[in-house]
Amino acid sequence: MTDLTATELLQKQAAGDLTAASITSAFLNRIRQYDPALRAFLHVEEAAALQHAEAIDAKRKAGQPLGKLAGLPIAVKDVLCTKGRRTTAGSKILQNFVPPYDAHVITRLKDADAILIGKTNMDEFAMGSSTENSAYQVTHNPWALDRTPGGSSGGSAAAVAASQTSLAIGTDTGGSIRQPAAFCGIVGMKPSYGRVSRFGLIAYGSSLDQIGPLAHDLRDAALLLEVIAGHDPRDSTCVNMPVPEYTKMLDQPIKPLTIGVPVEFLPSPSGSGAGGEGAGLDPEIETAIRAALNVYESLGATIKPISLPHSPYAIAVYYLVATAEASSNLARYDGVHFGQRAEKFAGLIDMVKKSRGAGFGTEVKRRIMLGTYALSSGYIDAYYLKALKVRRLIRQDFDRAFAECDVVIGPTAPTPAFKIGEKTADPLAMYLSDIYTISANLAGIPGISIPCGFTKAGLPIGLQILGAPFTEEKLLRVARMHERETDWHKRRPPLE
Amino acid sequence: MTTYRTIIGLEVHVQLLTKTKLFCGCSTTFGLPPNSATCPVCCGLPGTLPVMSRRAFQLALQAAVALNCSIASFTKWDRKNYYYPDLPKNYQISQYDLPFSSEGSLEIETSAGTRRIGIIRAHLEEDAGKMLHDEYAAASDSLVDLNRTGTPLLEIVSKPEIETPEEAKAYIEELRLLLRELGVSDCEMQEGSLRCDANINLHVPLRGIRFQSCDEPGAITRLESYATNAAFIATPIIEVKNLNTIRGVERALKYEAERQAKELQDNLDAGVWHIDGSRTSVFRDYQVSPITRRKSDGTLGPVSKATAGWDERTGRTEIQRRKEEASDYRYLPEPDLLPVTVDEATLQRVRAQLGELPAAQRVRLQAQYALTANDAGVLSRQGRAFVAYFEAVVKPCGDAKEACNWTLNDLLSTLNERKLDISACPLPPENLGELIREIKATGLNKQRAREVYGRMLDGLTAKEAIDKLGFKVVADEGQLLDLVRRAIAANPKAVADFKKGKVKAADAIKGFVMRETKGMAKTEVVQELLMRELQNTPG
Repeated sequence: MTDLTATELLQKQAAGDLTAASITSAFLNRIRQYDPALRAFLHVEEAAALQHAEAIDAKRKAGQPLGKLAGLPIAVKDVLCTKGRRTTAGSKILQNFVPPYDAHVITRLKDADAILIGKTNMDEFAMGSSTENSAYQVTHNPWALDRTPGGSSGGSAAAVAASQTSLAIGTDTGGSIRQPAAFCGIVGMKPSYGRVSRFGLIAYGSSLDQIGPLAHDLRDAALLLEVIAGHDPRDSTCVNMPVPEYTKMLDQPIKPLTIGVPVEFLPSPSGSGAGGEGAGLDPEIETAIRAALNVYESLGATIKPISLPHSPYAIAVYYLVATAEASSNLARYDGVHFGQRAEKFAGLIDMVKKSRGAGFGTEVKRRIMLGTYALSSGYIDAYYLKALKVRRLIRQDFDRAFAECDVVIGPTAPTPAFKIGEKTADPLAMYLSDIYTISANLAGIPGISIPCGFTKAGLPIGLQILGAPFTEEKLLRVARMHERETDWHKRRPPLE
Repeated sequence: MTTYRTIIGLEVHVQLLTKTKLFCGCSTTFGLPPNSATCPVCCGLPGTLPVMSRRAFQLALQAAVALNCSIASFTKWDRKNYYYPDLPKNYQISQYDLPFSSEGSLEIETSAGTRRIGIIRAHLEEDAGKMLHDEYAAASDSLVDLNRTGTPLLEIVSKPEIETPEEAKAYIEELRLLLRELGVSDCEMQEGSLRCDANINLHVPLRGIRFQSCDEPGAITRLESYATNAAFIATPIIEVKNLNTIRGVERALKYEAERQAKELQDNLDAGVWHIDGSRTSVFRDYQVSPITRRKSDGTLGPVSKATAGWDERTGRTEIQRRKEEASDYRYLPEPDLLPVTVDEATLQRVRAQLGELPAAQRVRLQAQYALTANDAGVLSRQGRAFVAYFEAVVKPCGDAKEACNWTLNDLLSTLNERKLDISACPLPPENLGELIREIKATGLNKQRAREVYGRMLDGLTAKEAIDKLGFKVVADEGQLLDLVRRAIAANPKAVADFKKGKVKAADAIKGFVMRETKGMAKTEVVQELLMRELQNTPG
């Protein structure tokens, strides 16, 4: 039962074959069974989830109107505030933080009668690409336990892949939904900046952060996005635009369809005009992406080689913009108002130093220092302000691309899931894991990763599709064209 | 020491009169129990986001337009990063390189006349909380009250064009009047809704400096070797803080200017400070050289700016710290807020709503009512409602000078005594105008008129009050001539004195007439008759 999609579980509930309580119990069992090995969850809501499920069943029995996600358990990355429930952002400094409010997305989920089954593991403050930077535990990839699930939403991605939940919420600042989705063989979508309210999301890079769905397939992802997207007056950057019913049009193919393939993401087959970055691409992934493009071609799509000339600078720009914002966003964790306060200290400055020194992990400290440096007088022009200028150029690259293509397609990540510990000693190698995903955050555009194959070793491969701002519907429909022709999304990891 | 120029720039923060904070819905009411007016947003809890108060922006816009500032069509928010326990996010949302307004001016009245003080910029930002130190005897900890956190502040930075402590006082008074009239801020310095920091230094003409010669080569650039008549030296800028009253601002600046002059003389004499003619910069239309001192590496470097605290009790400024390097606030654009655009229609609406501003009002009052600059200034300072009252007094009597006297003296004392606002004045302005008309018509003297005024405060009209008091002015020439003659006869000494040229002596004779008529003799008639009779009286 736990291998079913959310949509199937909804249908079975409606038909009276399953109850919310039975579904929730099944997923809780699955968590109990596999999480000691996977470590996807930081907190599991055993009692509260079951209680909530029974309440939903009672509602259904009484014939009361039910929300779009009624009776469906959902796992949420532990970076979204849950009222009265510990929210840690994967950090020691927030180990006792209990928010007095729900994040907007949590409110939307509750309003849709979804059942919060637990909070998932993540890289500390969403800084990382492997979930190894969690202050609490390392999450394992359900397809190969010695490998990472990607990150920073690794807990959410692993939980869906391992059928511990059918739906999960992640956040994506530089690829943190799409890359773990690719590593875990599921669907993960980063909506356009401003599509989903960030209220209650513990900020990392505020101008880049977006919240999005992780699911087994596109219908589930569309359904979840439908629920969480939309205007919220508490987030000034959240746009006031109607939310389409993404599930309604999902099976309608886009015709005619022009797909842009950037040479910077995928070298041209002849070898000419190959971008430098594309050269680092794993050949098995390259093969899978070309196969996916063939599927589209067979459906009548036009494949158009394009260039995103500034994309080689995306990683550099990202690590200036995101860290600069992070250095400011994380300043509040000082042990004065909240955050873990050091036990022994001499005076205010010492207290702040010791609290922060003990509360933050290595990668977080590294990024705070990077960002502080980039904003410092004497360096800000050469680093932060220049990065903002290049960011605009990256956005313009996409504007030009979308003037002639419906979507841009390439790999989600340059490699399949890497081994735990493989890149922890080399931050730069780790950063390159987001090379294809980062520019979407810088440009504010939506992106989705869908399963498009497996390596010979049995590791999932993700196909990334990018669209113009607020074209989530088109993106989902284009992705669905591929999904209908393939069955990669139906595979589940052999956990026994 | 010679005369020097005092260069003063003021940085004023005013809290805007909004009901709620700049980025959340918490109350801005002063004096609530500590931390009761807070929410997750102003406490900076993780995951919270600011949402701009449109009302605050509108008030700020009104103030800036009234200050003749140019308004930016596009403005954004920035984060000013610094660690302090009263700042829960450890950054303040402020405006850095694109403030919503800049390049304005404020016209002030001083004893020396009207001056226009330039304004560099006015921008919006959020206030910090308050630290409570040592208020609880047993605890060594400091406490933080976040009620004030997030209150909208308008920061108004003047150009260094204020030249005397008196002007500084006038600037703040004028600013306070303007902002109160607009309803932008209540500007209570005691409650902290108007706060002021002052930057001050002296520009001293070189030819006026007396200092010992120094044999150490290069220690002092010889005055004769480079100075021109136009050359000045600048003392290090001191930022004076803790100015809690307007009088305090004036006193502190007066003290600080004198202190700087003495410090300059002493430090030049002692060879601690040196004049470096090679670093001249141009200020307005003359050249200025900084004061330098010898650094640890032996070279000369400028003496840094410093902060000083004003101690109201001792009447002294105390230097708190020298700023060896400028603070680095690592400004970055606030990603959680959208930039704000202001279109021409909005600006026109704001301009239309401003009404008559004090400076324009003073000019009009002088022109329309032939008032002195001083009278117009004093009237204007009472606020728009008071000026409207004054104008309603003038209407029935046509005598602006008397209307001005009555409103500013008698009426103002009544209001002060009874702690009333002009809006609650018990005396309708038409009635006061009528009293002035009666005085002119009947010649009622000031003392009697004040008695009438007193009755009018109980709701009587001027005529009713005069009747009730039984005041009947004696204007009959025959009757008065008789009295004058009797007065002359009864005061031979005064008459003699008058004849010797003591004009004042006539008052004694006049007094006799007034006593005889219980003060109801028409003064002008008595005066005329008396002069005539005295002429006719042989000396």
